[in-house]
Amino acid sequence: MKFTLSWLKDHLDTEASLDDVVEALTMIGLEVEAVTDPGAALKAFRIAKVLTADKHPNADKLRLLSVDAGLGEPVQVVCGAPNARAGLVGVFASPGTVIPSSGEALAVGTIRGVESRGMMCSERELLLSDEHTGIIELPEDAPVGVSFADYRGGSDPVIEIAITPNRPDCLGVRGIARDLAARGLGRLKPDPVEMIPGSFPNPIPVELRFTEETASACPVFAARVVKGVRNGPSPQWMQDRLKAIGLRPISALVDITNYVSYDRGRPLHVYDAAKITGTLHARLGREGESFVALDGRTYAVDAEACVIADDAGVLGFGGIMGGEASGSTEATTDVLIESAWFDPNRTARTGRRFGINSDARYRFERGVDPAFVLAGLELATRMVMDLCGGEPSEAIMAGQPPISVKVIDFPLSEVKRLSGLDLPATEITATLEALGFEVSGFGDARTVTVPSWRPDVEGKADLVEEVVRIVGLDRVKTTPLPRLQSVGAKVLTPIQIRTRRAKRTLAARGLVEAVTWSFVKKTEAELFGGGAPALALANPISADMSDMRPSLIPGLAAAVRRNVARGFDDVALFEVGQVFAGTRPEDQFTAATAVRRGTSGLVGAGRHWAGTAEAVGVYDAKADALALLDQLGFDVARAQVARGAPSWFHPGRSGTIQLGPQTVLGWFGELHPAVLDSLDVAGPIVAAEILLERIPLPKDKGSRTKPPLAASDLMPVVRDFAFVVDDGVEAARIVKAALGAAKPLVTDVSVFDVYRGEHVGAGRKSVAIAVTLTPTDRTLTEDDIEAVSKSVVAAVAKATGATLRG
Amino acid sequence: MSDLTSLETEILSAVDAAADEASLEAVRVAALGKKGSVSDLLKTLGAMSPDERRTRGAAINETKDRVAAAIQARRDVLKRAALEARLARETLDVTLPVRPGPLAEGRIHPISQVIDEITAIFADMGFAVAEGPDIETDHYNFTALNFPADHPAREMHDTFFFNPGEDGSRLLLRTHTSPVQIRTMESQRPPIRVIIPGRTYRCDSDATHTPMFHQVEGLVIDRHSHFGHLKWVLEEFLKAFFEVESVKTRFRPSFFPFTEPSMEVDVGCRRSGSEIRIGEGDDWLEILGCGMVHPNVIRNCGLDPDEYQGFAWGMGIDRIAMLKYGMPDLRAFFDADVRWLKHYGFRPLDLPSLFGGLTG
Repeated sequence: MKFTLSWLKDHLDTEASLDDVVEALTMIGLEVEAVTDPGAALKAFRIAKVLTADKHPNADKLRLLSVDAGLGEPVQVVCGAPNARAGLVGVFASPGTVIPSSGEALAVGTIRGVESRGMMCSERELLLSDEHTGIIELPEDAPVGVSFADYRGGSDPVIEIAITPNRPDCLGVRGIARDLAARGLGRLKPDPVEMIPGSFPNPIPVELRFTEETASACPVFAARVVKGVRNGPSPQWMQDRLKAIGLRPISALVDITNYVSYDRGRPLHVYDAAKITGTLHARLGREGESFVALDGRTYAVDAEACVIADDAGVLGFGGIMGGEASGSTEATTDVLIESAWFDPNRTARTGRRFGINSDARYRFERGVDPAFVLAGLELATRMVMDLCGGEPSEAIMAGQPPISVKVIDFPLSEVKRLSGLDLPATEITATLEALGFEVSGFGDARTVTVPSWRPDVEGKADLVEEVVRIVGLDRVKTTPLPRLQSVGAKVLTPIQIRTRRAKRTLAARGLVEAVTWSFVKKTEAELFGGGAPALALANPISADMSDMRPSLIPGLAAAVRRNVARGFDDVALFEVGQVFAGTRPEDQFTAATAVRRGTSGLVGAGRHWAGTAEAVGVYDAKADALALLDQLGFDVARAQVARGAPSWFHPGRSGTIQLGPQTVLGWFGELHPAVLDSLDVAGPIVAAEILLERIPLPKDKGSRTKPPLAASDLMPVVRDFAFVVDDGVEAARIVKAALGAAKPLVTDVSVFDVYRGEHVGAGRKSVAIAVTLTPTDRTLTEDDIEAVSKSVVAAVAKATGATLRG
Repeated sequence: MSDLTSLETEILSAVDAAADEASLEAVRVAALGKKGSVSDLLKTLGAMSPDERRTRGAAINETKDRVAAAIQARRDVLKRAALEARLARETLDVTLPVRPGPLAEGRIHPISQVIDEITAIFADMGFAVAEGPDIETDHYNFTALNFPADHPAREMHDTFFFNPGEDGSRLLLRTHTSPVQIRTMESQRPPIRVIIPGRTYRCDSDATHTPMFHQVEGLVIDRHSHFGHLKWVLEEFLKAFFEVESVKTRFRPSFFPFTEPSMEVDVGCRRSGSEIRIGEGDDWLEILGCGMVHPNVIRNCGLDPDEYQGFAWGMGIDRIAMLKYGMPDLRAFFDADVRWLKHYGFRPLDLPSLFGGLTG
């Protein structure tokens, strides 16, 4: 919403400075976004008189002017304007003046060998209009030497404010003035609207054609005809104001509707009465109907839109935009002025559906004062008669304005309860009354009647807001929030704690945290088990961000690809974030995902004198997954690692971590080469993904005490065994068998060598394990150890078909 | 007695001449060993008279002691020389670079770090952390928050929608973290103090907007908390978060459907070049929106707004991270450029706390 300071002063009697007005606007909730002063740019331009205009010695189309700009000596100016002549009074720019159209300072120039010490300006050069066929011609008595800005009426700063959607009353200058007056910045000028008697009956019937259900679309439609008008340009002052706020003057009749719209927040429409056939009426549109609107586009209306029609068809959208055919033109002699009220919701929906943004829609969808329907019509009639002449008909009105008087029971103590601000009753009531509320009652219990122009005020809290925003939020004292307990308690949930630990764990393993989009390309979602129609956005911002991610891997892989393209081949990234298996809240999981590429293993990437890093592989991903589980408090010994993982992993180099087939905690492995191809990223890339919600919560034992340490005083004994097995036998089976061979004596089994080669034969491998025996009550004898060794060998042989390597 | 003197001289010169511990040991054995020259002399004492034995014995034992001491001294010298030679041999080039190790390579994203900082501050004020789903219903994202149907305020949210379901209802990506206010009030009784950090989405992308961003919301519901408390909470937060002694704030009336009264908050700052210093200067910077929870919202959650009241606020996590740590471009937050992450990210053990300082 834009307006000028002088426009504001039409409604507000004030001595306040521009700065005070701007400060007050912001502090009462009408946030000032910009203050500009177009006059400021014209300050340096002077009114000047052309004394002589001679032919340029070297150019036929140029003239050599001698100009009196009130600077003492006449100035020599070379000018090409066809209207440059002796005696003309115009606008002069001396060297150094910044020309608004170019934004550059004027220099002394030499044009065709003759020096030019200034310029006589056109309207376009001063950004006053598009006029550039000649230089500005002012009346002959315009005072030479005076600043052109001062001559034009001084500066009139333009103030632009952001209006929140709840304040339709401030979409008119008068509403803004009312707020400022309540704040104490001046007095709201009385402004009674004059009732204009018609001299003849309205010649064009007006009707509302709705059913009971749809009547709310347009409950009132008032109109009158003014005949015998002359529709030329509107007067300069009106054009200046409209231009200052960014509107293009069109003709007096149209400019009047725009002016009232901004002055009072009251949209109007004018029709050429000669172009209306039969009865003018408001109704819902019908399929098949269409019209050409004032924006030149053709709209096929629908049965939801409120339209204005005559007996020949649809003329325009009610409250949004009128039609080209029925609009007023320079040739209009009889004008019909419409002042109606349109349903905010229907107006909003229709405007959105047809993609029309207009000043009328903007106001109606926020709520126009229903009590100002007739007054708006009278105001416009007066202006039409003043500016265009003509003779008014009687005003007619179909329907009734939808005025519902809102009365709120308002204990004055509400102000203190919600704001903490203790105000005298008189200050509260005076503030409300200054805003147009009526306050009645005594003591704490008051009754407040809401003015018709405030559809946003519905209850007590709204009134509290009105009071505190006007008296000043800065008056509310800062009050410490009492502590609920003396020492803070734990505030994070288990998942929140896991999320944080997961991030720190993966960062501590040398991975860098990325935050990638929650949506990925459809093909990427499909590659990772997603892409269901329910999880696809209806209005994605781009095709690359169309589907909710089923996994963090595609986003991280894309991030890897971007880094590789920048020349960083060894990248280790992680993310902890939401993934989506469905649309319900319980389908959203928190994944912790680590991705490594190239040689970016745990110890460091790339070549190094002490040992060059190898390409990452499945075991790097497995280590990340298990480290994560361990740091999240899960006993990794309980986890089963099963061969294979979902389709996006290499089938032979991936694993699933599970508690059982039904409870999968996550996966790790090398990404499938075909998936890498689809993602257009070169491998090797390994990934580990754990779903944090899947990890069982530890049982609350009610005690923080740890079990006593059972450390034996007796030395543990380590014995090595090398087993030869078929290549397909998993090492974990050997380890498990050995661990179970002699409980509780066997306390640890580690694999220290895996060998394939001629010594064990094709399709076979040797797996060497170290078995730790921890005695508890007595030192083991050689016989004891021999017995345990035998059971280890027997158990492993039974479980895997292994033989001891000879 | 010249035989003893010359023997001693001979042995001592052999000790001096020993070039390493092995040859010194040979000298020792030759002199003091069982069959050594000195030991042999001691064996001759048995055949002597008591007087002779006394004088001769004393002299031999003195020689023996001097020889032993000389050998020990020589051994120390040789040992030290051998150690020095070994140390010289073992010298390595300590300027060769070592691998920095994973703790030096890993980074925490500024968003995670700032969420931890915010959590540390509000936990001290008794706030828990609440979370909710990203995919929301129209009810939680708008209706329950007092957005009227078709109201322009809805349109200002640039919502991402999913396709309508069989019943015609459309799910959406939450446009703010406020739906979690409703979910929290539905699931727990007052007093409520929560902060709600999370991802939010709007269909908007330009130099200063990304389609996904992060917000943190705060909610207090009880029987007493008013706007003065809200002011205190926010001022204390801003001081603690920006780690400054004091901040100036300016509360401007504004509009949000779910609060009444509603305010926007500016914080005092000083701008110098591209840097913005919070807590100094005379400029203002808009930093968050807040207000008293709208009675309709309280009612929508099954509470009586005449009995319960409270306040809420919301701000951009990415934005306050940019303000505090000076990142110039929001879009870079989501680009995963390792150069950016290493530069603006935090070390794995930089865990913010109040006792140790948010930034150490």
